[in-house]
Amino acid sequence: MISGAAVLLWGVAALLGTAVLAIAGSRGSAAGTRLIYSSTLGISAAVLLVLASRIADDPVIPSTAALPLGLPWIGAHFRLDALSTFFLVVVNFGGAMASLYGLGYGRHESAPHRVLPFFPAFLAGMNLVVLADDAFTFLLSWEFMSLASWALVMAHHREQDNARAGYIYLVMASFGTLALLLAFGLLAGPSGNYTFEAMRAAASPTPLVTAFVLALLLLGAGSKAGLVPLHVWLPLAHPAAPSHVSALMSGVMTKVAIYCFIRVIFDLVGAPAWWSGVAVLFLGGLTAVLGILYALMEKDLKRLLAYSTIENVGVIFVSLGLALAFKANAMPSAAALALTAALFHVLNHSFFKSLLFFGAGAVLTATGERDMEKLGGLIHRMPLTSFAFLVGCVAISALPPFNGFVSEWLAFQAILQSPDLPQWGLKVMVPAVGGLLALSAALAAACFVKAFGITFLGRPRSAAVELAHEVDRYSLAAMFTLAALCLLAGILPGLVIDGLSSVTLPLIGSRMPVQTAEPWLSIVPIAASRSSYNGLLVFLFIAFSASAAAYVIHRFASHELRRGPAWGCGFPDVIPSSQYTAVSFAQPIRRVFGTFVFRARETVEMAAPGETGPARLHVEMHDVIWETLYQPIARAIDFATDHLNHLQFLTIRRYLTLVFLFLIVLLLVLALWP
Amino acid sequence: MALTLELAVQGVQMTLVLLLAPLLTGFVRKVKARLLRRQGPSLIQPYRDLLRLMRKEVVLADNASWLFRVTPYLIFAATWVAAALIPTFATGLTFSWTADLIAIVALLGSGRFFLALAGMDVGTSFGGIGSSREVMIASLAEPAMLLIVFSLALVAGATQLSTVAAFMGSPQVGLRVSLGMSLIALVMVAVAENARIPVDNPATHLELTMVHEAMVLEYSGRHLAMIEFAAFLKLLLYVSLISCVFLPWGLASVGAGPKSFVLGVVAYLGKLAVCGILLAVFETAIAKMRVFRVPDFLGAALMLALLGTLLLFVSRSL
Repeated sequence: MISGAAVLLWGVAALLGTAVLAIAGSRGSAAGTRLIYSSTLGISAAVLLVLASRIADDPVIPSTAALPLGLPWIGAHFRLDALSTFFLVVVNFGGAMASLYGLGYGRHESAPHRVLPFFPAFLAGMNLVVLADDAFTFLLSWEFMSLASWALVMAHHREQDNARAGYIYLVMASFGTLALLLAFGLLAGPSGNYTFEAMRAAASPTPLVTAFVLALLLLGAGSKAGLVPLHVWLPLAHPAAPSHVSALMSGVMTKVAIYCFIRVIFDLVGAPAWWSGVAVLFLGGLTAVLGILYALMEKDLKRLLAYSTIENVGVIFVSLGLALAFKANAMPSAAALALTAALFHVLNHSFFKSLLFFGAGAVLTATGERDMEKLGGLIHRMPLTSFAFLVGCVAISALPPFNGFVSEWLAFQAILQSPDLPQWGLKVMVPAVGGLLALSAALAAACFVKAFGITFLGRPRSAAVELAHEVDRYSLAAMFTLAALCLLAGILPGLVIDGLSSVTLPLIGSRMPVQTAEPWLSIVPIAASRSSYNGLLVFLFIAFSASAAAYVIHRFASHELRRGPAWGCGFPDVIPSSQYTAVSFAQPIRRVFGTFVFRARETVEMAAPGETGPARLHVEMHDVIWETLYQPIARAIDFATDHLNHLQFLTIRRYLTLVFLFLIVLLLVLALWP
Repeated sequence: MALTLELAVQGVQMTLVLLLAPLLTGFVRKVKARLLRRQGPSLIQPYRDLLRLMRKEVVLADNASWLFRVTPYLIFAATWVAAALIPTFATGLTFSWTADLIAIVALLGSGRFFLALAGMDVGTSFGGIGSSREVMIASLAEPAMLLIVFSLALVAGATQLSTVAAFMGSPQVGLRVSLGMSLIALVMVAVAENARIPVDNPATHLELTMVHEAMVLEYSGRHLAMIEFAAFLKLLLYVSLISCVFLPWGLASVGAGPKSFVLGVVAYLGKLAVCGILLAVFETAIAKMRVFRVPDFLGAALMLALLGTLLLFVSRSL
């Protein structure tokens, strides 16, 4: 019997084989496309089956495997435990859905030879990161994942802005890996124990080292996950890739970064300090609110979704910060609740963000547009896509009875545990972060009213929409599977929570109470008298009362229905451009929050009295983070390179002098070194 | 037998909120009219309005989608379920554990989400203006509401409404500053959520100042009846919530006999009347504010709620 980890390595090998096949195979014929996506679908499904069989035998016993690859004195170690099993489920389920979607969507690909080889490689990279059990393998897989996704971002490199997106992504990814490299270096210590086993076994590092590791992790994993202010690459790179890859990057790759954070901070470092919770809570709350505010200001559908990913990463980090704070203060049951909320949200976000990106891809296929200002009225042209997209919008807006609400609810329940925390910093911090979390949830609902309303409702704003048609069956199958899971995870959350208990048990040393034993399948985090929620009953109640109301109305009220032109208070506006647009929809929120966050200014230019010219409204907005953090760095680098450029044009005498001087400096340093 | 009785009580609760909701709105209108020295419409006018709307034909815009036609039922259902889950005359009903206060707030959020979408469905500028202002108001009112829930939960140690009500009725509460702050914030949120003066005017005829009415401008006939009904229910819901948490006297508990149930219903009617009169007086005494003053109003509610919560967090260790 080979171990679970070894089976998964075979899966990775199969994915890499598919990638090689795609390079060698025909340059993107329809049959080739189908072959590649069906094989990735098959491999992901098979891996999921293996994982499912492992989840079934409780508790999950870690299985390991080692390969004689990599550094000769270490080799490559792989390990499959409960945490990696959970994240592998997320990765491979996302992979399977993206492959299914790709079967249909990939047919419209203009440059298949730039997508097909990298898609399986990207999946293999993400699987390897989660499986890796030593720092060297981890970083190598991490870079492999980054580069494969970079290649996918650059698939349409001639389109406007894509090259810039790819460049910024590459810079940020290298920076992130550098931070992780240093973090692992600190954890490995002077003896160079690069296996995770040794790091785990090592004595708890000093507070200073812990602080450095946390900071480096927040830089390394945080930049990949999209924590503010390291998020700048994400809204550029994620939308630039083909839509099923965007779904993978947003729905799954950010989760791999979160896996990295959990693995190191919860598993490898040992007992956390309470202030680590403060740092994570602060960044998480900031990320959640800023991410969704950026999303609200956006009019490009895919970029809006990418910004909303940033918000959801913030929500996850808030729960992780709570878990850290509780763990540091020896409150294991509260910590288990917070960590469960985080992991549940990881799963939920992978469902609805993939769904929404698939929907955006379907709109892109049907109309060729990502700009919401040119869409509208698609609900008539693409009824099925719009229904699935609507489910995704409701789920991501954290509205019951869908899944997004359950994880936010658990996070709120965890926040309500926090008055027992002893530190004043946390006491003041946690309710404020709770407020931020509530604010971001409310803004998310506003954002997705806008996303759905402008794209699918109203009247068509361009000719492209009039010609749109429903997308193919594969895309619809992927979207509807995810939509069904959004509902199922929302009405049967107890099953998911119980499944997550084996993950929290080794990390926290505690788990949430068994939920499936509760009557009527409600979820009860602590005690029924304190708080409980039953998604199934809420769903049934709403279904029952809506049908009852509809029945009564159709039984007793008038049946007559007449179609006519829209009333609009008697002002017929025949021009579709007189509708509310994405920018005007966000205007009230921009006035409330934008003047502070984006330094937004509105100026109205009125025509002179007597003239008939139109009045114009100008909106000026600033990306404050980009302007205050990144532009100075870019300017400094420009300045330095400009001036160092002189070094290229020296005479040979001066070069020799420089070399000689440098040698002397080195010798001096050696001589003076204590 | 016990289960049948409990189900019956639950059924009474669901019917009671349904029957009382239009009456409360009619009552508030009547009191407002009397305060202005007008005769005012009769108390049962809202019922007549609903019946009349149901009998009329629906005039649907040419490009209205299925979402537009389904939304009234969804909103009605979500609001009804939320209203039925709030203890009115008795606590600890059979299904009261289905949703705690956070879930009830979120249920109302679901209703609003669909209403805002319906406002954008036809593609008129009035619908858009209503929806965009509604989500702006909601984006401030919801966090304020959740912070209020936090402070109640911290005092009572639960987000379960029955437990909160039982705790607030017990003598151990006493006067607390943070509870006072929560009460003021809750009233402000309730005013905003129900589109009452000074945030919005339910009786306005000037389109540019409307929020809620602008969203439902395209609705007619039975669809409008459902939406109006949902609005009546929402007002009743907030009044029930305020009276259940801050005036928890007379609430029957589940095992009590029919006598205490009758007492509970009478007490509930009394609370509705008091709150209705207060609302009418408040609305008559104050002028509607500009739309962009609303964020200041709700921001004050948010800050009050946050201060109340912070005070509780801090005072726990003292």
